[in-house]
Amino acid sequence: MTVWTRTLRRVIGRSERAEPIAAPTPAQQTLDLGPTSSVEIAPNDPILAYLQGAPGPVDLDDLELSSPAVDALRADGVKLVVPLVSSGELIGTLNLGPRLSDQEYSTDDRRLLDSLAAQAAPALRVAQLVREQEAEARERQRIEQELQVAQLIQQHFLPTELPQPAGWSVEAHYRPARAVGGDFYDVVERPDGRLAFAIGDVTDKGVPAAMVMAATRSLLRSAGSEQLGPGQVLAQVNDLLHGDIPSRMFVTCLYGLLDPRSGEMRFANAGHNLPFVRSEAGAAELRATGMPLGLMPGMRYEETEHRLEPGQLLLLHSDGVTEAHAPDREMFGTPRLRAVVAAGAAERGGMLARVLSELSRFTGVGWEQEDDITLLSLRWEGEAAATVRSERSFPSRRGVEREALAWLAGVVSGSGLDQPRIENLKTAVAEAVMNAVEHGNAGDESLPVEVRVEARSGELLVGITDRGGGRTIPITETPDIEAKLRGEQTPRGWGLFLIQSLVDAVRESSDGSRHTVELVLRTDGGTTDD
Amino acid sequence: MTDRFEAVVRHDAGTEVVDLTGVLDGDAAAAVTRAYEALPRDAERVLLNFAPMSFMNSSGIALVVELLAKARLDGRTVHATGLTEHYRHIFEITRLSDFMTIHADEASAVAEAAR
Repeated sequence: MTVWTRTLRRVIGRSERAEPIAAPTPAQQTLDLGPTSSVEIAPNDPILAYLQGAPGPVDLDDLELSSPAVDALRADGVKLVVPLVSSGELIGTLNLGPRLSDQEYSTDDRRLLDSLAAQAAPALRVAQLVREQEAEARERQRIEQELQVAQLIQQHFLPTELPQPAGWSVEAHYRPARAVGGDFYDVVERPDGRLAFAIGDVTDKGVPAAMVMAATRSLLRSAGSEQLGPGQVLAQVNDLLHGDIPSRMFVTCLYGLLDPRSGEMRFANAGHNLPFVRSEAGAAELRATGMPLGLMPGMRYEETEHRLEPGQLLLLHSDGVTEAHAPDREMFGTPRLRAVVAAGAAERGGMLARVLSELSRFTGVGWEQEDDITLLSLRWEGEAAATVRSERSFPSRRGVEREALAWLAGVVSGSGLDQPRIENLKTAVAEAVMNAVEHGNAGDESLPVEVRVEARSGELLVGITDRGGGRTIPITETPDIEAKLRGEQTPRGWGLFLIQSLVDAVRESSDGSRHTVELVLRTDGGTTDD
Repeated sequence: MTDRFEAVVRHDAGTEVVDLTGVLDGDAAAAVTRAYEALPRDAERVLLNFAPMSFMNSSGIALVVELLAKARLDGRTVHATGLTEHYRHIFEITRLSDFMTIHADEASAVAEAAR
């Protein structure tokens, strides 16, 4: 409690001012409110209990109480304290200095003050309650608005759709806590066909966390588009975040790359919860360590490699799962999550539903979620590993595409493709081999063109690799045959159009010196996205 | 079927038939040009016979487009026959089939000219 004391001084007739007041204001005609000082009364100060039970005004000079507040009030010139009690609760005091006449307060004075206190206390209490309610309402409104802004930011930066490579099922679940934590996740298909995946958690909540989450996700996407490895991506984002991020705030994040064709995966970890791999043998945690993002510049992040097999699942999660509490305050914990993952779920999308249902059972009915909950799973639905049917190297000389076709015809027979689609594939491969010879290897016969045929769940792939480095296939438009017939355009320029028209998907990748074009045909009647 | 490309012009009842034999790719350019120049001056109707063709790539398609462009300038109609299902499909997706009539066989192409 804080009590305010003021020295009241009659102005009229007793002014200490040198000059008379020409036109006194109404306030000056009655009272001059002198300097205000306050005395802080600690909640455990005995004066509070004393005043609550006091029958009337208390004369401080007669009070024998070891109380810092009493000492402070005396030092401030207070003589008489009149307790203001409403409904048995001390809600304030009326503090008076010595009488101006220097006489003691009389019995009549005290009776008058007591009566005043009895009438003032309820009115003061009502005013206090109104002010408290108004302040609470304003605070509630402010928090609500902030929550809405935070939710908007966060939802805007979470993916609305997840890429689904052939043979894979990629699923996510995100449930914000009421206070909105800073969880995020992202899955992006890179031009080379690999999936970049990320999950992260910003310390703190509300708008600040949402802003940092949005910045981090954008930085990850930007760094991820530069063909960097996961460790380099995290190092770059860490350096960019550091300096901009508010102090005491940081971001845990796990970032990885997965090749859905081979199941090969590399990831790096900036202090985030470790991912699980679920196989027939159970659930295993994959380890990679590194400092959270934004704490210190110049951090390095180790990369962990792992090869997923068909039928296996990678599960990423946020601490909103493992740090959820049961009504008895027991924590869900990593061992319990591992057991749930190990038990597995056969059906598509079953793992996330299973984890959530176990979590719900653990936390009980009416649980108020403490933190954001994020789960991301990547499951290889396929039953059989990719098999390399054959690969062969050809010299870069004119007409070699026909040698490649003769070889390809033998390799793809029995692939499950019907004859028209085999013919389409052959024409597309011929064009890609010609491009590799003429453009990638610039007709240098000493440079090889490697052709590799792979079959994997639902797809037949033909990869054509040259030494053309980081060149990229230009975006192809449908050739304008009318313009060509009118002589306004060259009659050439059909190659890329044929390639893209005759196969289900074209992917390209490069490691800096080698350039690979992959032609994909679905063998299971499904569709393939480029 | 042979890899060596040849384009030979012959006359069949009001239609100039060009037999395209072997691999129709970039190396066939000179032969295709020679064949076109060998057409009689008054030839109005040209039938490209793809039946003896073993292989065609995008460069070969460019040669057909070039020949078609010349023929249109010269007021000649161009027809095609002997296309496999695959090359017929390619003529459709490239829209070559919008500018030349594709016949099932030479006999029906020539019979149409006689009507």
